[in-house]
Amino acid sequence: MKLALGPLLYYWPRQSTLAFYADMAEAPVDIVYLGETVCSRRHELRLPDWLEVAEMLAAAGKEVVLSSQVLVESESDLKTLRRIIDNGRFRVEANDMGAAHLLSGGDSPARNWIAGPTLNIFNPATLGIFADLGATRWVAPPEMSRQQIAELRAGLGRDIEVEIFAHGRLPLAYSARCFTARHYNLQKDSCEFRCLEFADGIPLKTREGAPFLTLNGIQTQSAHVHTLLADLPAVVADGLDILRISPQGDNTGQIIQLFRNALDGLVPPLDALQDAIPLLPEAPCNGFWHGRPGVEQLVIH
Amino acid sequence: MTPARPIELVCPAGSLPALKTAVDHGADCVYLGFKDATNARNFSGLNFDDKAIAEGVRYAQQRGRKVLVALNTYPQADNWKNWTTAVDRAAEAGVDAIILADPGLMAYARKVHPTLRLHLSVQGSATSYDAVNFYHRHFGISRAVLPRVLSLAQVEQLIAHTPVEIEVFGFGGLCVMVEGRCALSAYATGESPNCQGACSPGKHVRWEQTPKGMETRLNGILIDRFADGERAGYPTLCKGRFDVNGETYYAIEEPTSLNTLELLPELARIGISAIKIEGRQRSPAYVAQVTQVWRAAIDRLQQGKQPFRIEPAWMADLNKVSEGQSHTLGAYYRPWK
Repeated sequence: MKLALGPLLYYWPRQSTLAFYADMAEAPVDIVYLGETVCSRRHELRLPDWLEVAEMLAAAGKEVVLSSQVLVESESDLKTLRRIIDNGRFRVEANDMGAAHLLSGGDSPARNWIAGPTLNIFNPATLGIFADLGATRWVAPPEMSRQQIAELRAGLGRDIEVEIFAHGRLPLAYSARCFTARHYNLQKDSCEFRCLEFADGIPLKTREGAPFLTLNGIQTQSAHVHTLLADLPAVVADGLDILRISPQGDNTGQIIQLFRNALDGLVPPLDALQDAIPLLPEAPCNGFWHGRPGVEQLVIH
Repeated sequence: MTPARPIELVCPAGSLPALKTAVDHGADCVYLGFKDATNARNFSGLNFDDKAIAEGVRYAQQRGRKVLVALNTYPQADNWKNWTTAVDRAAEAGVDAIILADPGLMAYARKVHPTLRLHLSVQGSATSYDAVNFYHRHFGISRAVLPRVLSLAQVEQLIAHTPVEIEVFGFGGLCVMVEGRCALSAYATGESPNCQGACSPGKHVRWEQTPKGMETRLNGILIDRFADGERAGYPTLCKGRFDVNGETYYAIEEPTSLNTLELLPELARIGISAIKIEGRQRSPAYVAQVTQVWRAAIDRLQQGKQPFRIEPAWMADLNKVSEGQSHTLGAYYRPWK
C-alpha cells in the first residue's frame, strides 16, 4: 500500500513551505500532490516554484501530481488551470469539472489523470464515466464510508486505483467568502494574507468551548483530525491502493512514519494511534469511515 | 432594454398547494422533488408522490407553465436504483425537465429518456464555463444553475463562453458554502445535502431552555444560545454563533436571505435565461408573496420602460418573508466575500 502526501491546504510562508518539501523528499511517502488548491490569492509559491519543487521531489524518487484549485471563479483562475494541465511533465489531479473537461477534451486528451476528492464521484456509473475519460485514479470523497467505497468498487467491474483521505483535518466546505478575512473584519480582496499566521488554520469553538471547526480562508475544515491509523487492518483487508495524509503545521513527517511503521507491521495500529495523538493539533476522529457523523471517534477492539 | 427572450421565473413547490399558488401568482416554471432522498430538500411533510406530481403537471401545463423535477443528490451503489426509478417516474409524469447533479444519472437519463430535457443542478458545483461545457459535451444539458459564488462580471464571462442556458438564484435562503461542496452537516450529523438531501436535519435538533438562555443543538453540538427576548433561529450549522479567538459572532454567516431584485436589469443585460426562487421548505404564503413580487418586477423590465424602478413595497414584502428579516446581495457584492 502506498502513502500519498495530499496538497498543502494551509498558507505557509515561502521558506517554511520549501523547507517542508525538502524534508518530504526524505520521508517514506510514495506520492506527493503539489499546488494551491484553496485560494487563488495565495502566491508565496507560484506555478514555476511548484514545478521546481516537483522536479526536486521527482529526483528523490517520488511520484509527483499537480493538484488543481477546487473553486474556480475567474478567467485568471482558468488561465492558471490551463497552465497546470499543459505542464507537459506531471500528472494532474482534477478538483473541479472544469479541470476534468480540459483534461479529457481537446486534440490530445490526457489518459492518466486523477479524479480528485471534490468531484463528488459516489457511484460506479459515475466513476465508470471518468475512467472512460482517462482517469486512472479516484480519490474518494472523505464523507464516504468503508462500506460505500467497497460497494462502489464491487459495482465498477474494472480496475482503477483507489485513494482515500486517511489523515488530517477534514476539508469539509468551500465558499466564495473568506472566513479568515471575515474574522479580522477585512474584505477578501484586501485580506492582508492573514492565513500566513496560522499554520493549522484558525480554531472555531462552540459557545461552550468545544472545538468544532477550523477556518482556513475560503475553506472550512473539521477541528478534529480524521485519522485511520487504528483502522489500518480494515483498510489493508479491503485492498485499497493509496492512503492520503494531509499536511499539518507540525509533525507531518512523524505521522507519515507512524503510518509506514503500522503498515509494515512494526507497530500495532492501536499503538500507532496512541503515539500519534500527542502529535495532532486536536483530538482524533474517524466517524466517516464507519458510516457515522465524521466528528465521532470509534475504536475497534 | 428588452432582452431577446423573456427571463423565466422558476419558483419552488414543496407541496401541491404551493405549486398551484406559484402558478396562480405568475411562475413560468415550478420545481419540485419526490418524497425521498433523491432531492436536496428531503424534509418530512414536504414533496410529491406520483399522484400529486400527476396533478401538479396537469395544473401547470394546462396553464402553459413548466414543471421541473429536482433529482439533485448523489446516489451510491446500494441505492442507485432509487434514483434511476425517480428519473423514470419523472419522465412518465411528463415533466418538462429534470434537474440533476450526478454524471452517472445524467448518462442514464440520456440513454433511457433521450428526449427528456436535462438541467444541471446547483449541487453540480459548476462555477466556470469549462465546467458547464463538460456537462454539455457529455450529457447534452440544456441549462445550468450556478452556485451562489460568482460576481456579475464572472457570470457574464461564463455566459459568453457556453451554449448552455444559465439560471441563477434571485431570492431565498442563502448557502454561504458552494453548493455540492459542503459536508458540514455530514460531519456533525452523518447526513448531508449531497447524499441524503438534508442539511442540519430536524431529527438531530434540540431546543433547550437553560439558565444561560435558549440553547439550540445539532446532534449535541451547541450551535447557538439566545438571550431572553432574542429571536431563536433554527440551528442550521453555518448560521450559528461561535467562538473564534475569544470573540463570539456569526463566524460563517448571519441568518439572512439573498435578494437580487435590484440587479434584475443587469442580470437581463448579461443574458440570464432564468431566475430561481429558493424555498421548497417554505409555506404557500411565502411562495405567493415572492412569486408575485418577482413577476411584477420581471414584467416591468420586459415592458422596457426606462428607467427600471423597484417599488419600495416590493422590497418591504420580500423582507417580511426573509430569513432573519434581512437580505444581502451575496457574492454579487464584493464586500460580502
